[in-house]
Amino acid sequence: MATRPRMIRSHRDAMALVRTPTRAVWLGILLVFAFAAPLWMSNGLLFLLLAGLAYIVGAIGLNLVSGYAGQLSLGHAFFLAVGAYTAAVISGPSTQTTFGLGINEILVWLPAAGITAGLAGFLVGPIATRLRGLYLAIVTLGLVLVGDHVLRTWTGLTGGVGFGRQAPDPTLLGLDLSTTGPILGVDVARSALLYWFSLVVVILLTILALNLVRSRTGRAFQAVRDRDVAAEIMGIDLTRTKLIAFTVSSAYAGIAGAMLTMRLETIEATQFNLLLSFLFIAMILIGGIASIPGSIAGALVIAILPDIAGPLGSVLTPVFETLTFWRADAGFPLDEFQLEQLLYGALLIAFVLLEPRGLIGLWVRVRNYWKAFPFSY
Amino acid sequence: MAITHPLTAALPSTQEALPDGPVVVADDVTLAFAGVVAVKGVSYEVAPRELFAIVGPNGAGKTSNFNLVSGVYQPTSGSMHVLGHDVTTMKPHEIARTGVARTFQNIELFENLTVVDNLMLGRQQHLHYGAGAAMLRTRRVQQAEVANREVVEAIVDFLDIQSHRDALVGMLPYGVQKRVELGRALAMEPKLLLLDEPVAGMNLEETEDMARFILDIRDELGVTIIMVEHDMGLVMDLADRVLVLDFGEVIANDVPSVVQRDPAVIRAYLGGTDMAELEGTR
Ligand SMILES: Nc1ncnc2c1ncn2[C@@H]1O[C@H](COP(=O)(O)OP(=O)(O)O)[C@@H](O)[C@H]1O
Ligand SMILES: [Mg+2]
Repeated sequence: MATRPRMIRSHRDAMALVRTPTRAVWLGILLVFAFAAPLWMSNGLLFLLLAGLAYIVGAIGLNLVSGYAGQLSLGHAFFLAVGAYTAAVISGPSTQTTFGLGINEILVWLPAAGITAGLAGFLVGPIATRLRGLYLAIVTLGLVLVGDHVLRTWTGLTGGVGFGRQAPDPTLLGLDLSTTGPILGVDVARSALLYWFSLVVVILLTILALNLVRSRTGRAFQAVRDRDVAAEIMGIDLTRTKLIAFTVSSAYAGIAGAMLTMRLETIEATQFNLLLSFLFIAMILIGGIASIPGSIAGALVIAILPDIAGPLGSVLTPVFETLTFWRADAGFPLDEFQLEQLLYGALLIAFVLLEPRGLIGLWVRVRNYWKAFPFSY
Repeated sequence: MAITHPLTAALPSTQEALPDGPVVVADDVTLAFAGVVAVKGVSYEVAPRELFAIVGPNGAGKTSNFNLVSGVYQPTSGSMHVLGHDVTTMKPHEIARTGVARTFQNIELFENLTVVDNLMLGRQQHLHYGAGAAMLRTRRVQQAEVANREVVEAIVDFLDIQSHRDALVGMLPYGVQKRVELGRALAMEPKLLLLDEPVAGMNLEETEDMARFILDIRDELGVTIIMVEHDMGLVMDLADRVLVLDFGEVIANDVPSVVQRDPAVIRAYLGGTDMAELEGTR
């Protein structure tokens, strides 16, 4: 019997990650673009995208615990730090100031970063799972503050404030991923190899997360988030479920921390502060709470924001200079960094007020509009 | 009329042999909150396959009794045995795993999830894979998901909610939500089912549908049911036995025809607007 090719005919089809051929095509185009990026992008933009890829991993992690399981965590930066320093210690050499193992194989230190951070999440979890809402936020806030203090004082680990230590050194099976020059006769931008490797890691971790959220565990996360009494009545162990969410989320954060620092020369002890936690909260708020594609979108927007702030500043400066009621000598009142911060804030407020479902919600609206076109209303 | 009910095949463990003796034994159970004693020295037993009703005026302690059986609250004193387990101090998720399911007076569905996902949450205890396997989506995970999805589909068919399958529960009309909540409890494949006001706020047609579902669940699956209900007509029609509570105390416990004529019961309902409901017996 001839069947319509696009019809969902079995439960297996209905549960597939990519359900329609149209989606598969779009996904394919997106992947081709993502892999081709280093061939035409500037080094500067590629460097930002590398951060973007690390952000994606961290944002997915935060979305698992906060978006899906509903446990508001301000402690994400702490777990990024655990991952970053695990990677740095394993990969870095022992020097007079810092200790290290000198194993720069990325297939060793990147998983290790995830494991130690996951373990840290598992150990902190039992305290966190007893609390909810604001109390949980306060305890996880404390985690970042304590972590920040430890990093500032433990110079054997961090190299000390103002000095830092060598960032994890990415070597894949003997091939230094941060090299320049031609690969197989083709000139590729510096850090292209690092980008491709990161992209593969991101794709794998995205698939794992998508699998998790459409499973028994992912449904339990959402049940605990929405109605904990009803969840328990379903036989869901609240403590255990929250602990799983914390552990997985922290592991993702750890890998993100290692990825975020591996593109740098040195890691600074002061970069894992509350602002970094807020940056990840901004990503999932802007991208979409309880959405993996949303986490990706939010992470990329936050990553390229610095690149928007610069040009926006240079556009706005002459405009402000023509405003006679403005102090003419002062010019544009904000520097690039301030403008960037202002953009973060404006985006956050705009999304929370206008589209609480984030970029994903916006996308769904646009899609539905076109589906119904021209009878949109 | 269906000859063999498709649900009996989909939910095999509902028909497993029950432990000897009553399904529920409440022994001198008291539940006190600061200020109010919601349940006062209540004792009753529910027999296997019985459809047991709990009635009483508002605030009589009916829902509190359900909370005690399902572990949402623990008794201040007295003991509670369910399906052969001493559940007096057990947690709700542990009691659920012994084979107890319930619905809530004020629907407690997961509004942000689809009907299918809500029912799949009912299957939680019948899916045995861990988070690691889930992330890798192993063959075993896929098979478990498909097999349990089939059970869910059987329940969707039984409750006649096929067209709402992929709708977010929060968007559905009240009557459908009540059905979905029954479906979620049924998906747990319970041996004991607690229904807290299953037809509250429903019109006549919806009430009749719900009554048919309840009878089918008892007759075809052999599930023991305790039902709290204000619709006295429904209680008198369906229930094997009726427990009447007033101010947290048992004032009657017998078959419907006896309870109906019990002077203490009539007195409890007198003066209250609930008298009208008693007289409205169909
Ligand atoms: N969590 C609680 N805290 C304080 N009082 C409660 C609580 N739950 C129920 N009660 C009180 O217990 C009594 C019985 O309530 P309930 O069992 O809900 O009655 P019913 O279901 O029979 O209408 C009421 O007086 C109610 O106010
Ligand atoms: Mg009640």
